[in-house]
Amino acid sequence: MESSVKQETQPKPRLIVRLGVFLASHHILFSVICCSAGIIVLLLLPSLAKNTYLSENALIPGSATPLFSTEDAIEANRFMKGIEAADGDSIGGIDMAKFIAQQIEELGAEVCYHKFLPHSKHFHPLKFFTTMSNDMAIEPNGTDTNFGINTVGIIRAPRGDGKEAVVLVTPYNSQRVHSNELLSLALGFSVFSLLSRAAWLSKDIVWLSADSQFGEYAAVSAWLNQYHNPVFPSHSVIFDTKIHGADHIYDGNAEKAEFEAFKRAGTMAAALIFKVGETRRYGDRDSVTMYAEASNGQMPNLDLLNVVHYLAVHRQGFRVNIAAFSSLLSSAWLRVIAEFFHTLGTVLRKINPDWKLDIAVHDYVDGTANLASSIYNQAIGVPTGSHGAFRDYQVDAVSLEFTPTFNVRNENAKSLFLLRGGRLVEGVVRSVNNLLEKFHQSFFLYFLTAPSKFISVGVYMIPFALLLAPLPIVAAALADGSETMKKLAEKSIGDSKTNGSTDFLQSKGGSWKWLQAAKVLLVIQLWAVLVSLLPYYITQIPDATPIQSSVIWAMLSIVILIALYVMSGSPYSAGVEWKLLKATMITSISIGLGLMSIINFATAQLGALIMIPMCLFSRPLKARSGMNFLPRAVLLASNITLAVVGFPPAALLIMKGLSKGSWTVDIGEFWVWMEFLWEWSSATYLYLFLVHLPCWLLCIHVLLHPCSQLELKMKQE
Amino acid sequence: MHRESRSSPSELQLLLLRFLLVQHRWAVVGGWRDEIRRRASQRGLTAEQRLEAGGPRRRRLEAGDQRGRAATPGAGQAHHGGAESRTAGCRQTGKAHTEATKQQEVKLPTDSPQNQSTWRHPRRGNNAALPSPALMAPPSPPPATTLFKHLVLLFLLAAAAGASAAAPEEEFTEELLLRPLPDRKALAHFYFRSSTPPAASIGRHHHLFPKAISQLVKKYHISELELSFTQGRWNYEQWGGFDPMSTSNAKPPGVELWAVFDLPLSEIDATWKNLTHTLSGLFCASINFLESSTSFSAPRWGFKSNEGNLRYGALPREAVCTENLTPWLKLLPCRDKAGIASLLYRPSIYKGYYYSQKLKLRSSQSLGIILDQTLTVVLQPNTINGKQLHSSHGQLQPSWSMRHLFNRKLSGKCLVSKSSRVFIEVDKGIVDKINRSGSDLSWNNEFFVLSNGPDRLIKDLINLEVQSSSIYEYDVSNYSEEKPFDVGITWKLPLIWSCTPSPFHVSRFLMGSGNERGSIALSFISTNLHKKIFGSPNDCSIKAFIFQIVPWYVKVYYHSLEIFIDGNRKTVSDVVDKIHVTPSEDKLLPGTLEMLLRFPCSMQSATLTLDFDKGFLLIDEYPPDANQGFDIPSALISFPEFNSARNFPETDPLLGSPLLENFQVVVKSYTEVLLVPLTTPDFSMPYNVITFTCTILALYFGSLLNALRRRIGEEERELKKTVVIVKKRSLLASICYRKFVDELF
Repeated sequence: MESSVKQETQPKPRLIVRLGVFLASHHILFSVICCSAGIIVLLLLPSLAKNTYLSENALIPGSATPLFSTEDAIEANRFMKGIEAADGDSIGGIDMAKFIAQQIEELGAEVCYHKFLPHSKHFHPLKFFTTMSNDMAIEPNGTDTNFGINTVGIIRAPRGDGKEAVVLVTPYNSQRVHSNELLSLALGFSVFSLLSRAAWLSKDIVWLSADSQFGEYAAVSAWLNQYHNPVFPSHSVIFDTKIHGADHIYDGNAEKAEFEAFKRAGTMAAALIFKVGETRRYGDRDSVTMYAEASNGQMPNLDLLNVVHYLAVHRQGFRVNIAAFSSLLSSAWLRVIAEFFHTLGTVLRKINPDWKLDIAVHDYVDGTANLASSIYNQAIGVPTGSHGAFRDYQVDAVSLEFTPTFNVRNENAKSLFLLRGGRLVEGVVRSVNNLLEKFHQSFFLYFLTAPSKFISVGVYMIPFALLLAPLPIVAAALADGSETMKKLAEKSIGDSKTNGSTDFLQSKGGSWKWLQAAKVLLVIQLWAVLVSLLPYYITQIPDATPIQSSVIWAMLSIVILIALYVMSGSPYSAGVEWKLLKATMITSISIGLGLMSIINFATAQLGALIMIPMCLFSRPLKARSGMNFLPRAVLLASNITLAVVGFPPAALLIMKGLSKGSWTVDIGEFWVWMEFLWEWSSATYLYLFLVHLPCWLLCIHVLLHPCSQLELKMKQE
Repeated sequence: MHRESRSSPSELQLLLLRFLLVQHRWAVVGGWRDEIRRRASQRGLTAEQRLEAGGPRRRRLEAGDQRGRAATPGAGQAHHGGAESRTAGCRQTGKAHTEATKQQEVKLPTDSPQNQSTWRHPRRGNNAALPSPALMAPPSPPPATTLFKHLVLLFLLAAAAGASAAAPEEEFTEELLLRPLPDRKALAHFYFRSSTPPAASIGRHHHLFPKAISQLVKKYHISELELSFTQGRWNYEQWGGFDPMSTSNAKPPGVELWAVFDLPLSEIDATWKNLTHTLSGLFCASINFLESSTSFSAPRWGFKSNEGNLRYGALPREAVCTENLTPWLKLLPCRDKAGIASLLYRPSIYKGYYYSQKLKLRSSQSLGIILDQTLTVVLQPNTINGKQLHSSHGQLQPSWSMRHLFNRKLSGKCLVSKSSRVFIEVDKGIVDKINRSGSDLSWNNEFFVLSNGPDRLIKDLINLEVQSSSIYEYDVSNYSEEKPFDVGITWKLPLIWSCTPSPFHVSRFLMGSGNERGSIALSFISTNLHKKIFGSPNDCSIKAFIFQIVPWYVKVYYHSLEIFIDGNRKTVSDVVDKIHVTPSEDKLLPGTLEMLLRFPCSMQSATLTLDFDKGFLLIDEYPPDANQGFDIPSALISFPEFNSARNFPETDPLLGSPLLENFQVVVKSYTEVLLVPLTTPDFSMPYNVITFTCTILALYFGSLLNALRRRIGEEERELKKTVVIVKKRSLLASICYRKFVDELF
């Protein structure tokens, strides 16, 4: 009687609550559907890609007839002969810089040298994202003559106001000059000489011939650092006097001393890095490869890529490539998926002609290879070239690598190549020069599936959102499930006890039970932070090999973990239920992934692919369930595989094995890899240690959970 | 009344004028009375009523008359078609003066009233509120003939009085200076001076002097004004930074305007605002953007010492083109139809590397008004084969002539000009080389030859011993249409020289990246000029003034001023002698920094840095091209101890060239304009922003209200009571719903 009244008076919960309860009760089905849908959409991405288009009307690429003529190509050839001669009697590449400077000066442009030291990167956990700090001022040893010289030429736009500048970069190695580097220098010079006579410039032109003996990126970033964050207290003076090599350049010529002063143009509007790669003998057309990924998955504005692509393909007849995973191109399973999507697409097309999902098999495979490389390069968070240095200063930049198909001896073919390359660069400069505002119209968040196809943020977010969607539901279901189970258990234990005492029990151990799980989570997070900071101290050890370092790292991590357990008690001793533990873990990774997707989406996407199944599958190995042997075995096996794959060193090993085919275990490799990540201050490092590693450890905890005492008690009862 | 007495020619004229006006008014009022009487009789009114009807009207008329005589500015507003009529007036003037005799007598075109009105209204400007001449006052319908007769009489009398009183006359001179530059370019500097004697002697009428300018000066009580339109940058390293030409004619890109007012301090800001609008109308430029208090400032001593009556504003983004040149040319008596100004062929001068057109006014009770109009262009002369020099051709200077530079020849002078001369200046660098080679500095020496023999050679001396440059003078009045004037320079030997630089190369740049903060850095690099001039005492010091305006959204922290000399940090008090800072106020005032620095002579380089935060603007405060970034106008650096003056030992008073005499200025240089990228909202996505924000707000308030207001226990109790009612209500609701659905489908 009483209960019936209660039921009657119980107000109907609101729709959203009911929906939540419904989803939670079917959480397994829901998560299976969402995850598989997420993976399917991810695979569908290549067919969802759209063609690129120019958003900014001011760019009008290719509307002007290129002025770069055969005379400029001859000029380039002349320059090449000159610099070859200069290189012949060079001492450490200084004569080359001198020759370039002299040539620039003859054009009537301003010129200056920029000297820099190799930049040794250290792990500074506190300055992780702000590595543009002024740690350039490494005290050079008195005998250190090993420094690079960038030669910078600046054209002041005849009628411009000098507020903005366009930067052209040609890297070359002053120590060992290849003929293709000379070719790229010659190309750069001939374009620069053309621009020095151009009356239409409205932005200044800066030509940086970057001395890449310490790497292209180092040279460009050193110059950019000096451009944006110069250090005044005595830096340049000491620098000059201490470096002995400085005397070579000037031979006491006082007039040239003005080359010393660092010269600047205005705010940079865009930068174009171009170099000539190895010449090929085969292939029908000269090709250009575009590299755009900067640090932490930042991309330049899509319009810049569009301009380059449009001019290269439709005006100069280059073939434009982007980086691709070539191993995927020949993989059979990808072809099967492509066939499947193709047939599916044709069927859908018949239903509704507006659904254009039927992508040709070849296109799909190509698109996937490009997309995979695009996602991978963004996820690693390391720039793919010196354009990354520009992006650190919010300058849109793209690297072009020309791959000409001619014999170096063939002068005619070389001139033709120079002509087309020069026209391409001139056209891009012209377009950027037309801009009134900085690049802002087009996309900044996109993946490329082909040079002229892209997937914008609105589309590529869908698979990630689908993968992430079940997490809160599952967490809620687990938390709820553990509570109801406990209630049942309590009821069965204390049937005779009064109502009041059960209430008391519940308030004590029941609704606050999750705090125990949260404590475990916090301890593990703390451990992860400490582990991520350890390399800072390990790098201080002099002369440590990577293997030693990584062993020390692993040992210290384990010691810290044990110490933390000793201090705060073992996770199992407090009697934490595995369901609650799993629920907290899932909550924490959904927060972690959500945050990471803002910092670097690609990392979060790849991480979600590994971690979300790992978390959802995880259950104690000892846990009993009413399942048959086969499903249980499958569950166990998948649990163990996912746990192995989820461990970062193991994942690295598998990746290496898959890509190179060598399965040798090298412990030092992991250290080298991590070093690589923090040297480039990639957020992927933080992700690995602050989100991925604690989650993996929690998974292991869940797997090894000795199962709840309550359950045992229930059994005993 | 005060203004009238100031501007009226003489007591005699004034008396005459008043007498005539009174007479005229009576005539007018008489005419009106007749009219009123006529109309009233038509309506059948009585005499008393008629008188009453006429009374107030007359009073109003008188009032209007008074206002008119007090030279109301409002009258100018009516003339929106002013440009047309002014053009006509200008043409009229030009014609009148080309026909005029050398005595420059006034010939009044008195044929028709229309003509007269164009004569009297050479006024223009969209919202130019200029004083109207008193005589135009009564806008009365035609009692015409009597009025007109009086006016003619008055004019004749006034003209006679003016002519008899005026000893000084209005003058116009035109000059052109050409100079080869070290980097294979050529500089052309046009100089036009119009001057008018003090107003008292000549009245409101001008023969040569542009009336718009004199009205401007009188209305706004300007004692000095300079307005420059510039495109391109002056290259201080190549084109010189020390000689008078570069210090006075190198201007920052865009528009720069400053004016000194002869007014009480409280009225200056309002007058400045009106002035910007007037100039904006006069020169077809958006100078009126300087009206807002966020864009101009009142420097005390950093720019030019004054008593607080100077206002300075700059618009770095203003584009300069022919539409600004045309009104500028209209101020010249011959426009660009004759004389030196006819060389200004637009395609040639706008093709150049630097273009700066300037208007400078000086006015005082004793001087009258002097209007200097200069135009400075740096051109790349076409070489003989019409091709620009390629790098492989070495450093050979191109030979050029006026025809090469401008595509025009000079066919005689502007007839009303007092003098019309062309100078070719040869730099100190070349003169030194010639002297060293031991040859004569004639127009045909071993380095170059001029195409015509000059009328005179003027030598500019430093310290009475060292010659700095030499100037070849040509008088244009010797040439005519049949015998056009063309002068050029042909190089015989390749020559490399450099111009005298300013004491320091100053450059300014931004440091830092991102949208949050940054720093402005000013760097000085010594050119060791002081050693050449003052010898080399080591314990001396060089003074430098810095004047810098920063818009309010660049929030400069002035306390963060840091000074590095030769790489060592110095305390501010060591270097800064005097500093005056007006901090910026959001949306009200720009920040102004005036500093007097004292650098040691031995210093090679110095850097000043100032940190700033980037501010946020309201969405409607962004300009249409917000993504371009925002400009910080050029800073001005002047070196008070260095005067770039010219000394001509053989200067005779007959020389009388304003172009050469004017050169007595402190060496100064402008820095680059800076572009600061600020945070810019995505203007194309207001819809997304609104929907997102609204959703979040709704969710937040919904849950907050739920949490605060909802009491589960009470609800249950309520429910128990109202189960029945609820049932009824739900029934009602379902009926309503059904009805609604029925109506829908």
